[in-house]
Amino acid sequence: MKTKRRIRNTAVYILLFVLSVAFLAPIAIILMNSLKGNFYISQAPFTPPDSETFVGAENFIKGFSQSDFMRSFANSAFITVFSVAGIVLLTSMTAWYIVRVKNKFTRLMYYFFVFSMIVPFQMVMYTMTYYAFELQLNNPVGIVFIYLGFGAGLSVFMFSGFIKSIPNEIEEAAIIDGCSPIKTFFLVVFPILKPTAITVAILNAMWVWNDYLLPYLVLGSGENKTLPVAVQMALTGGYGNKDMGALMAMLVLAILPIIIFYLFCQKYIIKGVVAGAVKG
Amino acid sequence: MQKMLKKYFPVFALPTLAAFAISFLIPFILGVYLSFTEFKVVSERKWVGIENYIRIFSQDETFLNSLWLTVKFTFVSVLTINIIAFSLALLLTKGLKGTNFFRTVFFMPNLIGGIVLGHIWSLIINGILGYFGVDITYDPKYGFWGLVILMNWQMIGYMMIIYIAGIQNIPDSLSEAAAIDGANPWQNLVHVTIPMVMPSVTICSFLTLTNSFKLFDQNLALNGKSPDTSLLALDIYKTFYDHTGLKLAQWHGMGQAKAVIFFLLVALIAFIQLRATRQREVEH
Repeated sequence: MKTKRRIRNTAVYILLFVLSVAFLAPIAIILMNSLKGNFYISQAPFTPPDSETFVGAENFIKGFSQSDFMRSFANSAFITVFSVAGIVLLTSMTAWYIVRVKNKFTRLMYYFFVFSMIVPFQMVMYTMTYYAFELQLNNPVGIVFIYLGFGAGLSVFMFSGFIKSIPNEIEEAAIIDGCSPIKTFFLVVFPILKPTAITVAILNAMWVWNDYLLPYLVLGSGENKTLPVAVQMALTGGYGNKDMGALMAMLVLAILPIIIFYLFCQKYIIKGVVAGAVKG
Repeated sequence: MQKMLKKYFPVFALPTLAAFAISFLIPFILGVYLSFTEFKVVSERKWVGIENYIRIFSQDETFLNSLWLTVKFTFVSVLTINIIAFSLALLLTKGLKGTNFFRTVFFMPNLIGGIVLGHIWSLIINGILGYFGVDITYDPKYGFWGLVILMNWQMIGYMMIIYIAGIQNIPDSLSEAAAIDGANPWQNLVHVTIPMVMPSVTICSFLTLTNSFKLFDQNLALNGKSPDTSLLALDIYKTFYDHTGLKLAQWHGMGQAKAVIFFLLVALIAFIQLRATRQREVEH
């Protein structure tokens, strides 16, 4: 019985190990190719670099300088940080208002927010872009406002769900003691919302950082482009002659921050993503 | 408190509401209206009734093709992703050591954005096909299965995590009772584990369903260049921004009409999901 179980466990381990290799292989292949000379990437994509094909950091240096990578990286970082901060702060305030002030108008607002969650982006892509240009929101600051509008649905929904479950006696007490609603919200309510705020922040950060079509339509492929747009431009030959080595380096540099972030905050990310899935 | 808070509407609700109205609500209403018009730009529009909707089906064969392709793709990926993810979840809940490591590895691809993912797989698939002297645009089948593999790679880990949570929620006493009654592991799986994780199955099926149905980034990056492998979202995009033949105003009207149909299909899926979840809640 014991040997039988041991054999079975070994078989399971071998299977899991093979699958892990299969899951990591695509990332490893990109990493491997980013260290090889241009010619050898398209010629032999699956052979590891050797003394002849190895070029060190050359591709990374080219990747940095050629495609204004740093600029796109900074744009993406700026837009993600401010969008997520804005969404977490403002939608939690709105959710509290909607739940605590009960009338027809707030109920209608709530239904509109929930409704927006099921509408695919293509439905509003053209008209939203039109308003973004009309109102001059087609810059890295303006797009933060647009992300607030698009992120509002899921975020208000998740905050409201949590606020409904907490009793409002503490808030009432704070108000009676002379706190203004603004003070009450920041000193009493928001600290209680922290777990949901982390979930909302992670879900929105992943969405905004990886988003392609919205920033492409609103910011275009010029100097304001975000990282996914820069990657798409570079790999579909937006820069004329394709430099495969530099492109591989770009892919590696685009993945690296996400993987580092993931390895450090794994627990929160997995929890947040699952909570978002179950509620949405 | 309600009365006092109500006065603070401009602070608490107005900023979110303004952003929501400008980037979603008003564009949505205008979008529905524009689907009944021909327009080169939003300000120059001509009412044409349901002409756009008729034209989608009579003059533009790409819409029905991509609808059928999307249905096929969604069906295949929902099946494969859920079967593989559930099997992995079973293996990782057996109390083996190192489970956390495998969980971390399998979940990782989920965090990488669609555009980057698409290009990674484009390199790999074209690299393999290169040995046979072709590339991914050679046959629509390559594009289709490439997309299925990519989607599996991205979604399996995510669904696996939800299934693991579902399996861990089953009380141990249930399988112990089944074992005492003489159930073998297979019977235990079919009669205890699977019925008990049905809520997770509902969640995962609908998540994979909507994600596959609305897929865009991966499709654009992996097979944006081959004409016969556009799913619905990419087809709508191409109708708007990448076309030849008809007049621009007609393309725009048609694109918007396609988007309305796409929205109705997604809404239908969401509605069925809501009913399925509600029914289960009543049963328990």
